Amino acid sequence: MSATASLGRPGRRRYRLRPALVEAGSVILGAALLIWSLLPIYNMFLIALDPEEGEIEFDGNLWPPEPSLEGFRAAVTQEARYLEDFWHQFGNSVYIGVATMALTVLIGSLASFAVGRMRLSKASLLTNSALLTYAIPASLLIVPYYGIMHTYGLSDNLWAVIAAQVTFATPFAIIILQLYSKLIPFELDDAARVDGASAPQVYLRIYLPLMTPALAVVALYALLLAWNDYLYQAVLLSVRHMTLSITQGQLLVDVDAAWNAMMAAGILYALPPVVLLFALRRYVAASLTMAEVDS
Amino acid sequence: MSSTQPVLAAPPPMMARGLERPAERRRLRGAELRWAIAFVAPYVAVFLAFVVYPFGYALWMAGKPALYAELFADPLYLTTLVNTALFVGFGVNVKMFLALLLSGFFLRRRWWIRALLVPFILPWLIATAQACVSFHWMLIGQYGLLDGLLLALFGIDGPIWFNDRALALGANIAAYIWKWMPFWTVIFIGARMTIPRDVYDAAEVDGATGVRRFVHVTFPLLANLYLVCTLVSTLWTLGDFTTVYLVSAAAPGQSTHVLATLGYHYAFGLAKPALGVAAVMSAVPVLIPIAIVLMRRAQTSEVQL
Repeated sequence: MSATASLGRPGRRRYRLRPALVEAGSVILGAALLIWSLLPIYNMFLIALDPEEGEIEFDGNLWPPEPSLEGFRAAVTQEARYLEDFWHQFGNSVYIGVATMALTVLIGSLASFAVGRMRLSKASLLTNSALLTYAIPASLLIVPYYGIMHTYGLSDNLWAVIAAQVTFATPFAIIILQLYSKLIPFELDDAARVDGASAPQVYLRIYLPLMTPALAVVALYALLLAWNDYLYQAVLLSVRHMTLSITQGQLLVDVDAAWNAMMAAGILYALPPVVLLFALRRYVAASLTMAEVDS
Repeated sequence: MSSTQPVLAAPPPMMARGLERPAERRRLRGAELRWAIAFVAPYVAVFLAFVVYPFGYALWMAGKPALYAELFADPLYLTTLVNTALFVGFGVNVKMFLALLLSGFFLRRRWWIRALLVPFILPWLIATAQACVSFHWMLIGQYGLLDGLLLALFGIDGPIWFNDRALALGANIAAYIWKWMPFWTVIFIGARMTIPRDVYDAAEVDGATGVRRFVHVTFPLLANLYLVCTLVSTLWTLGDFTTVYLVSAAAPGQSTHVLATLGYHYAFGLAKPALGVAAVMSAVPVLIPIAIVLMRRAQTSEVQL
């Protein structure tokens, strides 16, 4: 900034004025961004902290008149309507998320090891198929999925959702892992091969340990994809196997739902990804740019 | 390396072969080839069972020309095409351009701007369905927070947002931008950080600062990335279901559908699955050129701007 001021000889007065204006502009922009970002999140708490149940209580309230944790209590103790199975539904969501994560990491790392480190011929075919899948929006295939899951005997089964999520997470995994593995020198593999290591040994002892940061990002991506999914869970699962993600949809259908408890449940569902991402933010920041630039 | 020690203890016969013919290393054979096939097999199985088969099934379902005659005879479909164009057009371009500008803002060296980044990326971290439901409640009728704010701050009686097609469409687009702008801003922040400092110093010597520096230095350097990100974002936005389904729920009167929600509506609301697939498949002519451009870019360029 100071260099600018000294160099800007032709418009000297303008430059003296400018820093103050820029500063004021920054503050205004910052305030606007803060309100824009937090208003819908504040709205979640506004509804969740409302003590009354089942009626339209918050007519234009800007803050809860009598804030209470009643909504959270009703959600956690499974007393509210639609939330009788809160913990079961939460468990289903975790089950889908963790299974998607594990399978994506496993399938993605095996395939990209074979393609990137074993010099498989026709490897580009596989990478291209991954890129092509990445280009198909998941929501476009929901109707055929409904049909084929029936054929596979997976209707109303959590594994139908897991299969769908793994399908759409694996291409991203392969793209990321391929990019990252280029940073690992081939000499390491070759040295192990000379020592007589077989392919699975190289995979387990060299590839996986060195790929840990990329694997963490892939795992996180898969988990979040499953956690944020609404459509596949809504279509492929019945009430019996409901997850917390779809329960929220009930809010729109039934005016008599306990809004505060539903919103409290929503906040409890929305929190884990926030915590997880902040815990792993270093990995994410580093490879997000790398991945997105290239894909 | 401790990890290779168990291997050393029992040298398998493959070792000799590796040393004998280093030039042949590139061709896989025998046990190695079998391992490679075994490693690829799970992915190929998933690809065949859950991509090729459903996509082929979809093409087969949507193959009858009569379906498209039915679609184009339906005014709801035509409205939806317009909505989709608006949703994708604004949802992608406004978001990407703002993200590009904001990435510059967030790199200013002020402690409070750094701190602001945390609340700014929260929308991206919050689970999608919950955020959309909150958006819906924020805007509903006179009970919502936004109309409450309008009344308290400006004395304006806010509109009933979901009774007006333009406002409802705008609400969907705003919610979509709110949710995804942080993600792209983070991408652009990362990209801007890779621009060497001396490029800017040289530009300053030449008198390019402020807007001129952005137009003549920053943007040309980021243009390639910006294009790729815009294309990826177009694919994602075209496939977005949750925002429209949960924010406006296609209100008023099914007039704010996009293709993804219309397909769902036809298939599961009206029990016409083939028509639903046909509606959704009409996005494919837009998807294919984008996919081709992206595949070309991915093959030719390594990690770079």
